Amino acid sequence: MAMMAIADALKLAIREEMRRDGKVYCLGEDEDIPGGMGGSFTVTKGLSDEFGFDRVINTPISEIMIAGVCVGSAMMGMRPVADLQYGDFLFCMMDQLVNQAAKMRYMSGGKVSVPMVMRAPCGATNRGAQHAQSLESYFVHVPGLKVICPSTAYDAKGLMKQAIRDDNPVIVFEHKLLYGSKRKEKDAISALGEVPEDDYTIPFGKAAIRREGKDITIVANLLMSYKAMEAAAILEKEGISCEVIDPRTLVPFDYDTVVESLKKTGRLMIVHEDHYNCGWGAQLSSWIAENQIWLLDAPVCRVATPDVPIPFSPVLESYVIPSKERIVEEARKLMKA
Amino acid sequence: MTACPGGNGDSDMSKMPAKKKALGMYQRMYLIRKYEERIYYLFLEGIMPGTIHQSTGEEACAVGMLYDLSKDDYMASTHRPAGHDIAKGVTVKAMMCEMFGKEDGCCHGKGGAMHTGDVAVGALTANAIVGGNLPIAAGVALAFKMQKKDNVIVCFFGDGASNEGSFHESMNAASKWKLPVIYVCENNLYAANTSVKITCTSDNPAYDRAPAYNIPAEIVDGNDVCAVNEAATRAIARARKGEGPTILELKTYRHGGHSRNDACGYRPKDEEKYWIQDHDPVKMFRERLLNEKVAKEAEIKALEEAAEKEIDEAVEYAQKAPFPALESALTDVFCEGGN
Repeated sequence: MAMMAIADALKLAIREEMRRDGKVYCLGEDEDIPGGMGGSFTVTKGLSDEFGFDRVINTPISEIMIAGVCVGSAMMGMRPVADLQYGDFLFCMMDQLVNQAAKMRYMSGGKVSVPMVMRAPCGATNRGAQHAQSLESYFVHVPGLKVICPSTAYDAKGLMKQAIRDDNPVIVFEHKLLYGSKRKEKDAISALGEVPEDDYTIPFGKAAIRREGKDITIVANLLMSYKAMEAAAILEKEGISCEVIDPRTLVPFDYDTVVESLKKTGRLMIVHEDHYNCGWGAQLSSWIAENQIWLLDAPVCRVATPDVPIPFSPVLESYVIPSKERIVEEARKLMKA
Repeated sequence: MTACPGGNGDSDMSKMPAKKKALGMYQRMYLIRKYEERIYYLFLEGIMPGTIHQSTGEEACAVGMLYDLSKDDYMASTHRPAGHDIAKGVTVKAMMCEMFGKEDGCCHGKGGAMHTGDVAVGALTANAIVGGNLPIAAGVALAFKMQKKDNVIVCFFGDGASNEGSFHESMNAASKWKLPVIYVCENNLYAANTSVKITCTSDNPAYDRAPAYNIPAEIVDGNDVCAVNEAATRAIARARKGEGPTILELKTYRHGGHSRNDACGYRPKDEEKYWIQDHDPVKMFRERLLNEKVAKEAEIKALEEAAEKEIDEAVEYAQKAPFPALESALTDVFCEGGN
């Protein structure tokens, strides 16, 4: 078993799947230009050495085309793995994702399938409002798309391999501060982890319990799962025991693991970098209210980025993105509620 | 008024195919014409749900382009798909059932008028987002190329779609990657209600832009099925040989409005007369078949009656056919076997 960064685990997953299945191919802007970065975050760097430029395609800056080519080739039996330099550019291909990829199977009466993967780096990193967003919730809302968000190296490999093998369109959100790639980011977290060499996949819809606890259930994804862990360590010293759950996939969502946890804790906090209004936490919150409200001893607490574009200034950005301090503060309030 | 290149009466410049093929093409064109007519009446009678975007008047484009393709070659259509689908081999029965929202429809009632198609005969689910099918067709063509197949895809779009960003992105990639796709602009002079003259700097929005992408292009009388078929043959051969895409701009005309409620108050009467009365693709081809003694009146009549009977039977079947089970509305969101 090797210690590996998320960027390398993702690359390994793609490499293994490309070896296993000749239908898998990669495409994207700066995908693997000799001397280039390999996407914006090194994930696809070097893949062309083994697979050539026919299967590692450097595209023009044409997001509509990239997504459309994924849809068309996927319907013909290929398994495209596309790369967006920044998730924010998903909006440039929104028609192809929402009107085409997500609906093609349904509109055809089940006659076609669209097995494609769209990789989208996300999260605020001092790049200003158009290279900063956490976009999961836009896509959680679209029937026909699966949405996943790996936050450890182990998950990154297993979930990526599962995504490539899935017969449906899958959007993969990868947090820029978790890649651990050679291109260091300010405030990056070392998400190095052990990654088995064997061929494993992680099924969608199975949350991971990152830490067990008995007072508060904290559901947090991507970078926020790490912030929640840091906060949990602080709260522990104050006698507040937090169970931290990383949902790992948002569509499908593992409500069961959250429910089991609430049976112990009776208190629910949801933390995401996505905006507050209609963020995926709103769905979880209302689902619990509709189905399991009697498990709650206190109102649900949502910690999210306020409904503002992401500002550039590092002090402003830090102010709006949920921090461990804010999680600690909200947890204290939640215990008193 | 925009006259057709070649103009009325010059259509005999195109070559008449052998009898079997000529009659086969005429039969398909007539079937499409009568299908669309029947759909129109069913709507007027209030029997059929939904909306309609009819291809009446554009039959030669569909049949000329698609007649020689195999089932393994593909076609990507638009919000005006009926002619393309029937020309590619989707049955009138499956089309009619879909129009009525029935289980036996080609999309089991989940698609409707703007999404007909059947991949079993190489007709992709039609696309009702203008320009939405252009990059998808490039993807299909890329798959053919990667799989080392010699298949091609014909992708239809309108003069309106040529102003979408997807047009630029798709043409550039298709050309750079030498993809086996034929991009066919059915220029019917209007993007919904708006004349191409109001929105474009050129009357030939696809043809004139082709050189920018290094894509060979032709302007063709889209109402002359033989001319369309000749251009199709050239473009398909290029694509199969791996020489890349071709843009064909077919000049044609909608006999009706953009959709069911459009009375076409924006079209000059003399223009309508030229295209609908003097340059009707079905009428012109029928006259040529007789004038050039390809077939006798009785043979043509027999084909027409068979087509009309097929439509009568399809309508009768579709009206009686069961609706889908209500629970089916909740299936086919995800492919089973996935997660």
